[in-house]
Amino acid sequence: MKIVVCVSHVPDTASRIKVGSDGKTIDPAGVTYIINPYDEYAVEEALKTKEKLGAGEVVVVTLGSENSKETIRKALAMGVDSGVLLKDDNQRDSFGIAKALAEEIKAQGSQLVFMGKQSVDYDNSIVGQLTAELLDYNCVTVCVKLEISGEKVTAEREIEGGREVVETSLPVVITCQKGLNEPRYASLKGIMAAKKKTIEEKSAASYTPKSEVVGMNLPAGKQPGRIVGSDASAVPELVRLLKEEAKVI
Amino acid sequence: MVNKILAVLEHREGTIKRSGFEAASIAAKLAKDLNTFADAVVVGDAISNINEVSKYGVQKVIHLKNSELANYSSSGYTEVITNLAKESNYDILILSNTSLGKDLAPRLSIKLEAGCVVDCVKLNLSGSDLILTRPTYAGKALIDVKILSDKKVITLRPNVFKAMAAENSAVAELVVKEISGVNLRSKVTSFKKSVGKMDVAEADIIVSGGRGMKGPENFHLIEELAEALGAAVGASRAVVDAGWRPHNEQVGQTGKTVSPTLYVACGISGAIQHLAGMSSSKYIVAVNKDKDAPIFTVADYGITGDLFEIIPALTNEIKKVKQS
Repeated sequence: MKIVVCVSHVPDTASRIKVGSDGKTIDPAGVTYIINPYDEYAVEEALKTKEKLGAGEVVVVTLGSENSKETIRKALAMGVDSGVLLKDDNQRDSFGIAKALAEEIKAQGSQLVFMGKQSVDYDNSIVGQLTAELLDYNCVTVCVKLEISGEKVTAEREIEGGREVVETSLPVVITCQKGLNEPRYASLKGIMAAKKKTIEEKSAASYTPKSEVVGMNLPAGKQPGRIVGSDASAVPELVRLLKEEAKVI
Repeated sequence: MVNKILAVLEHREGTIKRSGFEAASIAAKLAKDLNTFADAVVVGDAISNINEVSKYGVQKVIHLKNSELANYSSSGYTEVITNLAKESNYDILILSNTSLGKDLAPRLSIKLEAGCVVDCVKLNLSGSDLILTRPTYAGKALIDVKILSDKKVITLRPNVFKAMAAENSAVAELVVKEISGVNLRSKVTSFKKSVGKMDVAEADIIVSGGRGMKGPENFHLIEELAEALGAAVGASRAVVDAGWRPHNEQVGQTGKTVSPTLYVACGISGAIQHLAGMSSSKYIVAVNKDKDAPIFTVADYGITGDLFEIIPALTNEIKKVKQS
């Protein structure tokens, strides 16, 4: 079985965000880019599934610019067999990303696709579902437990207050949440091996955008409040403020 | 010219959620501004509070009824709502940005060839353009988005918009449509409830603990304070990664983004990725021994000191105040 795992190259969560000169995207100066944290669970689950089946191939697919190869290499170092870079230097809307991924998944002939539940840049959490619908595949989002047996897929997805058990079947797109597994570290051997693995470059499928970012702003900063005290004797005053000033208790 | 608007309301075990009423109310308000009207749809079996939808200013409340759709089915819900939207020509669909709404909205958008923008915190009309504001980078930045297609599917962040009863509310017409032969390619077969815990994503008050708690054995202090306040327990990434707390309690950029009325941060220094996930809380209280901790830059009220003395004292004081 060929498994596709889709990953995204995103700013580190420790980054400070500044608005760029176009007023619509971030200023990339001084920002470190990493593999999207949720995509690491996707890579791990793809590798685990292949190991369990004892056969097959895992292909990592990324949409982005030349820089995204760094994130592909990270997945290759974890053990993925080969990579595909769908090249587009321009920012796409979620639909455009899904369109490119769906075309590539179709070309790969994969019936099992993993990706993170959302990327930590635009936080949309919709690319998995869009991709699945474009392919007419099933899709389980925010997955924290997965079992595949033959065509049958049983998954648990995290929702408010608990977990839903979902039954579906292949072909399927699974979007992965923290807790699904423990992503492995790339070993030195893995990092060396990754250098020899191929990254195929293709141009990303064209699309007609369905939405457009017209502006980006930073939220109004919060004013620091007051220090009520420095030990337990300040507690009654704190509770008074919460009750009488904030009126929250 | 915009055609009708449809609010898609979510229920849990047959009871429509508060966020569902928010969607109905915003759909009705937007319809008024656009000189059209809004309906609401609920998919499921018996819905106990369906009559309440009426007061939020929608014209029709449509109940797509089928006992097999009592639980969420992504394929089933997508199909029946798509059919309704196509038959009755709705241009804008409004859902809540809950687990269900996030899962369903993009699927509907592909079926309807619509643009999809999720997690909106503000809707503005600029001429005839609908401009949607939503957080990105876990709230470190906000973007304004315009949907370019005629059909639009949007989700609203819960707790941001208020469900407001319409002024001169004509009673909405209730239409029950029995649905048969639904597509159950994917379906929820059971729900495993987290035992006795409130979810940080839905809580009005959250008490969170960080590395300053020194170990998982001390989190009973957080749990006791949370119980006194009627709050959910949250955690920082550091303590989740250390295995002290389950990941579904994690607040921050790789956990949950929350905006409760009150957020109490105990022993949390306030890494940028944590602040991004909680700084839109209405009131923030921080307890930390390091007076230079970044958490104090967003806290409304702070106590600098030993949390092992302060938290139990706070729990007692809250209990006292609540009893009086």
